[in-house]
Amino acid sequence: MKIVVLIKQVPEPGSVQIDEVTGTVQRREADAVVNPIDLHALESALRLANVYNGMTYVFSMGPKSADFAVREALAMGIDSAFLLSDRAFAGSDTYATSTILAAAIRAIVPDFDVILCGERASDGDTGQVGPEVAAALGIPVVTWVSRINSWHNGTLELCHRLEGGQEEVSVTGPALLTVNKEVGVPRLPTLTGKRRARSADVPVLTRQSLNLSLEETGQKGSPTSIVKIFRPQWLRRGVMCHVTGGESLASAVNQLVDHLEEKELI
Amino acid sequence: MTTQQESLRGDVWILSRQNGGVIQPISFELLARARDLADKNAESGECGFQVHALLAGPPMPESELQRLIAYGADQVHAIESEDLTSFSADLYAKALLPFIRRVGPMNLLAGADSQGRALMPYLARLLATGLTADCTELYLDHATGLLLQTRPAIGGHIMATIQCKESRPQMATVRPRSRRPRTPDASRQGTIFRIVPESPMTRSTVRVRNFLPDPVEKSIEDAERIVVVGRGIKKAENLPKIFEFAKAVDAAVGATREVVDRGWLDYACQIGLSGRTVTPRLYIGLGVSGAIQHMAGMQTAETIIAVNRDPDAPIFHIADFGIVGDLFDVLPELITRLRTRVH
Repeated sequence: MKIVVLIKQVPEPGSVQIDEVTGTVQRREADAVVNPIDLHALESALRLANVYNGMTYVFSMGPKSADFAVREALAMGIDSAFLLSDRAFAGSDTYATSTILAAAIRAIVPDFDVILCGERASDGDTGQVGPEVAAALGIPVVTWVSRINSWHNGTLELCHRLEGGQEEVSVTGPALLTVNKEVGVPRLPTLTGKRRARSADVPVLTRQSLNLSLEETGQKGSPTSIVKIFRPQWLRRGVMCHVTGGESLASAVNQLVDHLEEKELI
Repeated sequence: MTTQQESLRGDVWILSRQNGGVIQPISFELLARARDLADKNAESGECGFQVHALLAGPPMPESELQRLIAYGADQVHAIESEDLTSFSADLYAKALLPFIRRVGPMNLLAGADSQGRALMPYLARLLATGLTADCTELYLDHATGLLLQTRPAIGGHIMATIQCKESRPQMATVRPRSRRPRTPDASRQGTIFRIVPESPMTRSTVRVRNFLPDPVEKSIEDAERIVVVGRGIKKAENLPKIFEFAKAVDAAVGATREVVDRGWLDYACQIGLSGRTVTPRLYIGLGVSGAIQHMAGMQTAETIIAVNRDPDAPIFHIADFGIVGDLFDVLPELITRLRTRVH
């Protein structure tokens, strides 16, 4: 069984600062972590590999500094890691990202059985890259997988989350699964794993090595572009009460109750 | 350019959803948004643009399709086949693809629910076009047909407006419950087109075996009133007081990401971009500061009440009624006041 995992490096929660005046993002590279849900995807891959004697491959697209992310996967026990890094990849939207990831999978593991990825990245928050990679490779996708039960004669038996419950499905042949946190608690890297990860050879796949044209990657390969970034102007100018002591407290609460009664909310 | 093509620029397309032959509420929410976009200049005498509801599934009764018209569709395009009885993204995408290619809609909106978040990216990729997820705001330029799509970005720290300049359709998803449907009008006129898939359907290898429903609990998205706790409640031990208050005002209890990350409340309670989106009649935020990613999931609430110690908390910008003060002072006073209220 050949299992591919797609992971992303994201800023550590809380490490992103927005300049209040200019609205620009201040992000320090040092504060990057592996996207939390991706760790669950790695765990699922390792469990499958253990039961079905599989080979595991991890791919991550990002700057050179994303090297740490794939090494973390190696430390957890993933067999081979590839970093997809090229200046030409910068500014890729989900479409261009899926072009690049699909090209890498085709080049390195064309005979994969399953591709796993986290349901969404904590920074982009789109959840689109997984299904787009599946479409690019022409394989089915099952999203929000909460349990992987078995793999038998090329058929995966799964459970995935829908509104109001879980659906049991099977999928035959190569498929892409996006997983949520229910799928399994990620293991911690072992000492041996860490040592192996440190000395492992992590090939860097570039635009040229993947035979991609400049038009297919980065902003040129992206149908969408950002027009502007701004702080939202949600403004209601409601009633404000400041509580400074007992009297102002009673007055504020009275006004609130009146407000709710007026709007027939209580 | 002909008038026919001109008029299409302001037309709005939605992807409606059915389950077991029943149109799902998200379709009506999408129709409300679509009507707003198509009709925005109607008052200034601009001729009305059309709203199209696209649907894939098994053959549907006329009365169900008629509901799409009652909620705002001018044209319903139902792609019908028994092979589309159970959903999988690759199957539905392949059923929709020839029709979309032939008709060439300028835009396509869908719900960011379990189907939309799988089908829309799959479809966008096959159509070689762009897709913007979880838009909070959409703006359609009737002259150019350009759809400006606004969503929270960078972990919900800021808003970004996104365009898809050249590829068509311009695709976007919006969160379920981010908009209330319009009141249905049974006398609205519209046209229903039933379409048989152009080529025999290639089956998906995805087989649906069984559905295991969650234990029935009133979901937070359905609640008319929600009391939401933020980090300001300080510790899990303070939650019973919150539940007591929520009971007094007949409200469900929701939480911010910080509260859920600390394990004080379940993920099902989480409101915001990374959790549920809600549009209740009443939102009461207790100790909620108002991170953008949270506000993106509740700013459409009809009435917003906020209690927070920090006078600069962003939540006060969108509050209809704000109290700057300690919630542990305000809460007991409020509970007492509600109990002694004269009816």
